[in-house]
Amino acid sequence: MSTAIEFRNLFFATRQGRLLLDGISLALEAGTTTAILGRSGSGKTTLLRTVNRMVEATGGDVLVSGKSVRDTDLIALRRGIGYVIQESGLFPHFTVERNVGLVLEAEGHSRAERVQRSHALLETVGLDPTTFSSRYPHQLSGGQRQRVGVARALAAEPKVLLMDEPFGALDPLTRAEMQEMMRDLMARMQKTVVLVTHDLDEALYLADRIVLLSSGKVIADLAPEAFMQSTMPEVQAYLHAFRRGVGNAAHGRSA
Amino acid sequence: MSSSFLQQNGATILSLTIEHLWLTAAAMLFAAAIAVPVGVWLTRSPAWARPVIGLANILQTIPSLAMFGFLLPLPWLGDRAARIAIVALTAYALLPILRNTYAGIRGIDPAVMDVARAMGLTGTQRLFKVELPLAASFILTGLRTATVTCIGIATIAAAVGAGGLGELIFRGVASVDNRLVLAGAIPAAGLALVADAVLGIFERLLTVKR
Repeated sequence: MSTAIEFRNLFFATRQGRLLLDGISLALEAGTTTAILGRSGSGKTTLLRTVNRMVEATGGDVLVSGKSVRDTDLIALRRGIGYVIQESGLFPHFTVERNVGLVLEAEGHSRAERVQRSHALLETVGLDPTTFSSRYPHQLSGGQRQRVGVARALAAEPKVLLMDEPFGALDPLTRAEMQEMMRDLMARMQKTVVLVTHDLDEALYLADRIVLLSSGKVIADLAPEAFMQSTMPEVQAYLHAFRRGVGNAAHGRSA
Repeated sequence: MSSSFLQQNGATILSLTIEHLWLTAAAMLFAAAIAVPVGVWLTRSPAWARPVIGLANILQTIPSLAMFGFLLPLPWLGDRAARIAIVALTAYALLPILRNTYAGIRGIDPAVMDVARAMGLTGTQRLFKVELPLAASFILTGLRTATVTCIGIATIAAAVGAGGLGELIFRGVASVDNRLVLAGAIPAAGLALVADAVLGIFERLLTVKR
């Protein structure tokens, strides 16, 4: 399997000198899903955003399909990478159809082409185009907005999909539905997905590989089963904290 | 106001109303043509926002009669009173449009702008497809405030011979004839109310539900 994304000794420091990425080296295989876990401030989102140069690394390099992102035209690079965030970031003044087709519009595709593609994508993410195409984001539920966000990210047929806590703001039931949809999509579309999440269950359900970051460094880089069985103190601490969080939530519910 | 007064002065009132409207509309067009691009530029160079908006603020504090007086001796401008009026009204209209353009764009949800950049929209595409449409109702609020203010200030332009409804007011004051004062003041107030209502409708139409 070929490497789709490679982080080569990647560093990022803020202007104030705070080191957020500290020499990260990873190679992500094409068609796989990698979950990036870690506490807040561990550098997960920063790492994700170096791929589409929303954050410019201060040292090292990121290669997408073997080519340095620095040597790729910024607009072309970003159009070739799907991007999904927690708040969906839908354009409130555009209909669902126009939101989904905006990248194609920016690339100069015809209206007929855009409509056809956005309808196909809405079906792919489980939304009926005849019902949802003409709706505005404020007329959608949180889950529907995220589905549209995923459809939009897929519009330009990207090989790489970056997802930054995409389902973090959804209720547990909707989140589970979205995770199921994503798993199905990933199996069908064979995209290289980088998923930043706080949710270990989500990572285990969706990812082929789990990377644990701490203070900008890779602490563990394991398959989900190996991650769960790892005796590494940092992984154990993460698992313990996660189980305690789930336990507390269950206790709170039953109380 | 008697019907004979209106019969005698109706045509004058109408032509002065049209002149008043023309002066204000021309000034609004110039002000929008200056303030919207400058407001957009300030969102790209926020370090300049305070001094530039401060300058527009200072322009607004100059008493209108003094502003017309300052412009009167200037070459080319001073040749025609209407030019002076339009330049002065433009200066007064800058602040609300500039401030609202800047605030409207800066107030867009950062997540929306983040996605616009991440999905590969160029700077021009972001401006015309995302920023200006989302800030449009704010910009129009600024234009509405400026228009209502300038319709009032334009009455002073008659002091330098620029015409408009102020001419009737000045003539009425000079001849102690309240009918003439009202013949200028009532249409001016009516114009302000109509402009406010019409622009208010556009503002509501352009407001994006979130």
